[in-house]
Amino acid sequence: MSNPDDEKKYWLEEPGNFNKIFYGVIGLCVLIALPKILTLLDILLYKQGRFVLADFFVFYTFFGVLGYVVMIFLAKKLRAFLMRDEDYYD
Amino acid sequence: MIEGLNPGLILILGALLVPLTSGIIRSILILALPVIAVIHIHMLGLGTWGHYEFLGLSLEITRIDPLSRIFGTIFCIAAFMGMVYAVHVKDTIQHFAALIYIGSAIGAVFAGDMITLFAFWELTAISSVFLIWASRTERAYRAGMRYLIIQVTSGVVLLGGIILYYQDTGSIAFDYIGLSSIAGGLILLAFGIKSAFPLLHNWVQDAYPEATVTGTVILSAFTTKLAIYALARAFPGTDILIPIGGAMIILPIVYVVLENDLRRVLAYSLNSQLGYMVIGVGIGSELALNGTAAHVFVHIMYKSLLFMCMGAVLFRAGTVKVSELGGLYKSMPVTTVFCLIGAISIAAFPLTGGFVSKAMIQSAALNGGLNILWPVMLFACAGIMDHSGLKVPFFTFFSKDRGIRVQEAPINMLIAMGIAAFFCIGIGVFPGLLFDLLPYAPTYDAYSFGHIVSALQLLFFTVLAFMLLIRYKVYPMELRSTVLDFDWFYRVPLKRLALAVGRLVLFVWNWTLGIANNIVNSVINVVANTHGNGKALARTTSSSMAIMIIVAVLGFVVVFFYG
Repeated sequence: MSNPDDEKKYWLEEPGNFNKIFYGVIGLCVLIALPKILTLLDILLYKQGRFVLADFFVFYTFFGVLGYVVMIFLAKKLRAFLMRDEDYYD
Repeated sequence: MIEGLNPGLILILGALLVPLTSGIIRSILILALPVIAVIHIHMLGLGTWGHYEFLGLSLEITRIDPLSRIFGTIFCIAAFMGMVYAVHVKDTIQHFAALIYIGSAIGAVFAGDMITLFAFWELTAISSVFLIWASRTERAYRAGMRYLIIQVTSGVVLLGGIILYYQDTGSIAFDYIGLSSIAGGLILLAFGIKSAFPLLHNWVQDAYPEATVTGTVILSAFTTKLAIYALARAFPGTDILIPIGGAMIILPIVYVVLENDLRRVLAYSLNSQLGYMVIGVGIGSELALNGTAAHVFVHIMYKSLLFMCMGAVLFRAGTVKVSELGGLYKSMPVTTVFCLIGAISIAAFPLTGGFVSKAMIQSAALNGGLNILWPVMLFACAGIMDHSGLKVPFFTFFSKDRGIRVQEAPINMLIAMGIAAFFCIGIGVFPGLLFDLLPYAPTYDAYSFGHIVSALQLLFFTVLAFMLLIRYKVYPMELRSTVLDFDWFYRVPLKRLALAVGRLVLFVWNWTLGIANNIVNSVINVVANTHGNGKALARTTSSSMAIMIIVAVLGFVVVFFYG
């Protein structure tokens, strides 16, 4: 094992680079949501008959993410009941 | 080669040679056996072999049809990867047990009747436990015992089901069984134990993380997927499997968030993935069964890959606890890349295997009008993206650097990971190669524009949610802990009950023994009082005295009775 201080600097460790990734992900999210947003606006403006199917996917996409966040909070709550010492069974 | 030899027997017979070899010869042997087996499978073609009459039962040792062929093929590939991964191990027991175990799993897949299936089914249980015990720790010993009890129970229930089924139908052919009788119910229960149905699942998370570094990789591929094969063979289109599968994909996700041991995280996520396959079998359409078979193939690839990465971390860093890991990408860059490939594959990014196979099952669900299941599956997709796609790589290789500096994984481990990663991406890019192996003619194109966009939306937004939760420190920090699951019921209250019953039995036994002791003692006392030393019936007299008494008695009798 070598001393971590002597090592070369890694790109990820430079300050601000985590933020770059974070904003990159936000950018990707906007980009990938764009087709649906456009379709949705299209529908809102022109009331075309494609509403049901397009909205179906948008709804469930956000549903999945919301469900995920809810699940994380649920898991944190459940911890109070379910967590024991590491050697609980020993 | 012997005509119609069950391909599993090649590995089992080959395993018998393992103790006689060492060094390079053994390495060649253990790597060659899965290759020979897969060549054998494809040279035989489709058909049945090895018909025997035994006690009035008609056995069929080998049956190769498209369904068993794809499972057998993937098992052989997984065996080869596992053996490459384990080739550095200098432990005869592990190589021997692994080959017997894999051979019996392949043997069970190609079994044409249920007696042959049962024999191989039990052999998988008995041989695989040695991969857990090979850790040679007290924890592993206990976990192995619990594993063995549950696995053998599955076998016993299966045997009960087979006997009832034979009574009902007079047949032991291993084909569609269905849930129309008690026999079907018992057989489903036996398969359900091995495929880790909800509440029957704890053996997976209990035993797999306690096995050796290489043992877990091998274990993770076979037992549960053999059970999925058995379900697909005997219970396609059984409606009850759909809600069971739905519960299976959802329930483990909460545990995955909380669990600290990364091999246990992967065991929970394995459980969740099995849910997709159970749903596929439950739907039972051609597309769904194709999707199930494809998902088994792809799943074994990315799940092995992830287990191999965690095994390499355990091998080098000595731990796979989230609370102790972080920043390993500096020391193990190649393993990091392979882990990321496994992660995007299990999360079903486009151009990975998981995208293709999951899409087939999801489409089959929509085609079958199972609209309630669709959001459940989407939710599970987000959950899987979180735990296997983000949590495992992030906390192991990135996250806070804890100053662990180790070597990169050994070259054989990297090669094995490379094979798995190759398949993960290869199937995603060229799904047609996998489709040729599927049991039914494929009629599915995963890469429609709408599907790619909606999948990417779900995945990127989940990544965003994860990053936000990490950034604002909302994501639950991992702590050294045990998270209670259903097994608590049999590991704590049931254990206490068993101990209390044991004490009661011991008390009653001692009490009964005490009374019996007293009876025997009093008999001995009475005897001692009469026959004891110097007591009335034990006194000796001289012979002249004795004769005088006899003559006197005789004289008395003569006088008294005369006349």
